[in-house]
Amino acid sequence: MKVKTTLMASAVAAVAGGAMAEEMTIVSWGGAYSKSQLKAYHEPYSEKTGVTILNDDSSAEAVAKLRAMNEAGNITWDVVDVVAADAIRLCDEGLAMEIDFDSQLAAAPDGTPASEDFGDLLVSDCFIPQIVYSTTFGYRTDLVGDTPPTEICAVFDLENYPGKRSLEKRPINNMEWALLCDGVAKDDVYDVLATPEGQDQALAKLDTIKDSVVWWSAGADTPQLLADGEVIMGSTYNGRLFSVIEEQKQPVAMLWDAQVFDLDGWIIPAGLSEERQQRALDYIMFATDTQRLADQAKYISYGPARASSAPLVGQHADLGIDMAPHMPTDPENAKNTFLYNYEFWADYRDDIDAKFQAWLAQ
Amino acid sequence: MTDATQSGPMLAADGTPLKKSLARSLRRRKLRALALIAPLLLFVLLSFVIPIVSMLFRSVENGIVADTLPLTVVELKNWDAESGELPDEALYAAFTKDMVVAIDEKTHTRLGSRLNYEQTGMSSMFRRSGRQIKKLDPETDGPFKDRLIDIHDGWGDVETWRAIKTHAVPITNGYFLNAIDMRRTPEGAQAQPEDKQILIKLFGRTLMMSLIITASCILLAYPVSYILATLPMRVSNLLMILVLLPFWTSLLVRTSAWKVMLQQQGVINETLVWLGLVADDARLVIINNQFGTIIAMTHILLPFMILPMYSVMQTIPESYTRAAKSMGATNWTTFWRIYFPQSIPGIGAGSILVFILAIGYYITPEIVGGTKGVFISNRIAYHISSSLNWGLAAALGTILLAVVLLLYWCYDKIVGIDNVKLG
Repeated sequence: MKVKTTLMASAVAAVAGGAMAEEMTIVSWGGAYSKSQLKAYHEPYSEKTGVTILNDDSSAEAVAKLRAMNEAGNITWDVVDVVAADAIRLCDEGLAMEIDFDSQLAAAPDGTPASEDFGDLLVSDCFIPQIVYSTTFGYRTDLVGDTPPTEICAVFDLENYPGKRSLEKRPINNMEWALLCDGVAKDDVYDVLATPEGQDQALAKLDTIKDSVVWWSAGADTPQLLADGEVIMGSTYNGRLFSVIEEQKQPVAMLWDAQVFDLDGWIIPAGLSEERQQRALDYIMFATDTQRLADQAKYISYGPARASSAPLVGQHADLGIDMAPHMPTDPENAKNTFLYNYEFWADYRDDIDAKFQAWLAQ
Repeated sequence: MTDATQSGPMLAADGTPLKKSLARSLRRRKLRALALIAPLLLFVLLSFVIPIVSMLFRSVENGIVADTLPLTVVELKNWDAESGELPDEALYAAFTKDMVVAIDEKTHTRLGSRLNYEQTGMSSMFRRSGRQIKKLDPETDGPFKDRLIDIHDGWGDVETWRAIKTHAVPITNGYFLNAIDMRRTPEGAQAQPEDKQILIKLFGRTLMMSLIITASCILLAYPVSYILATLPMRVSNLLMILVLLPFWTSLLVRTSAWKVMLQQQGVINETLVWLGLVADDARLVIINNQFGTIIAMTHILLPFMILPMYSVMQTIPESYTRAAKSMGATNWTTFWRIYFPQSIPGIGAGSILVFILAIGYYITPEIVGGTKGVFISNRIAYHISSSLNWGLAAALGTILLAVVLLLYWCYDKIVGIDNVKLG
């Protein structure tokens, strides 16, 4: 009996150990975005190494879940896809592993070290950027009259563009746009927003369109609202708008003015076993090299985070159209842009969010 | 016969006193019963009681400041926060010592996020200063006061030290104060600035709307349950399936369906415009507000009202109403004096179920509630998953739990919990 139990225990351990060596869990956002990662990263990686990749679409709650896993002492994720702001929080909380960019990431084909290739986009010691995406506006071409909007302040112009618009149900981005359209110079936006008067000013500007706003909390909301004609314009992620315009052929066009760049990328949770950490690093080394980042742009219209990947961006895998003009970083689209101010929002997020929510509830 | 006349305790067959023997056999039976329910008890304890207690504890737990800055906290006790003057060198030296250890363990940024809930700017101050303080040697590099102020002028601000001192207590009422739109300050509890007050309003709105939803469920469910209970079994079974059908559909699908129905270009508005009842440019706004939340949640919670009502109404004997009528009562009197009082336990059970479910609802208000139709649970979700202010989320959750228990107690006093029947 005892022999049998021991045998079974070792068999279980062997199976578990074997499975560990073959599998890793990668967390991402789901939908079209996960699909692009599957095609560009996971499939070639599995083919090369034989590692089975399990997907978990939990990125939206990644920070809270990682914190809970860390407290429970059982981390089940190996690599996690998060936006830069979340990566900074995870790094602050000691929940993500610090990366040595030059030794743990692949250099560019011409030998440029990774830290230079990513450049300014390395906003946290724990964060390996993957894509640049933007939050920007789309509008219904058939519902905005004869003069389609060309600049951001059309959002606040109810006279020339009457109708509903959709905005995200949080202060980030909306406050910046409001100040910009209330006459604050672009360089001063965050200085103004740091003062209570500036916050009031932004809310007062938003107040002028409050009755015409539908507030969204999921990235899929605005595309649906635009497609249904519920709103005439709305903010969302540029990849979602690309899908509405090019894949679903809806009468929608992009308004790139004052788009806000943000980064999405990988972190490796802190506290993984040596073996799992090595595997995660090996995956990251592969998945963030120059060619792989350029490959992802074949499937979704987000710009690769490496400078060396940009020239390699080709055509959409299914539609066969050139992807470069649909990238938020394309010079034609990026005439007037913001970069998400991570430090400002890490400090002011709690304070301004409380005010914003109180204003919404009025 | 000698036994019977013998004074003293009664003995069992084996000679032990009967009382003892009985107690032993009862205890054995109790143990056996306990062993039988042990798996369930253990399960409830592990998966329900312990998590809830630890959640409740989080709402007051605040060891992070004293754990991260132990020496500083001791020094802060000697500093008079009211003096308006900066602390002396001893405190800055202690703080540097604490920070060097904390930076090594990477806990300083965690403390920064914690204090940032109370004072905006702390998060970046700790993160930025951390990079510089790391290079200091607490033994040789003193004096530190000017050095630290040089690194970040926040360390030369009395408010910074006042905030740290205020929140250095290991057990805090700060989260609970925040949960009722107040805050912990060096001068004691104070109201939040008016433009940040929202939580009390949301508590009130959650209660109010849950009541409205419960009431509309009662109004809609009563006739349906009555019909279900009085129709022949064959027909009522079929209708029952229709009632249960939504149960088998995902909650998200049902909520999204309401979106399709209620939006301005949706089914209801399109139909009304087509019928000419509503002008095309004045379509009804029936979603993204309180109305949308009430409609969608009433629909989703309706089965929880119908089922207990139906099972109670089924047990009301028809002969009572017939007897009343035979003695000359009108239909209304029969219903109001005979039938309705007997159906009250069903209403009670349904109301408790629906109300308690409604008060904690989160996903439906988030999707169809817009800005005026969201509940307190949406804020709890925000603090759990976005702001990571779990202390505040726990305090809000604790208050919600207390409110529900209080209402349950009131219900018991007024209606009597024995009057509740689930069937």
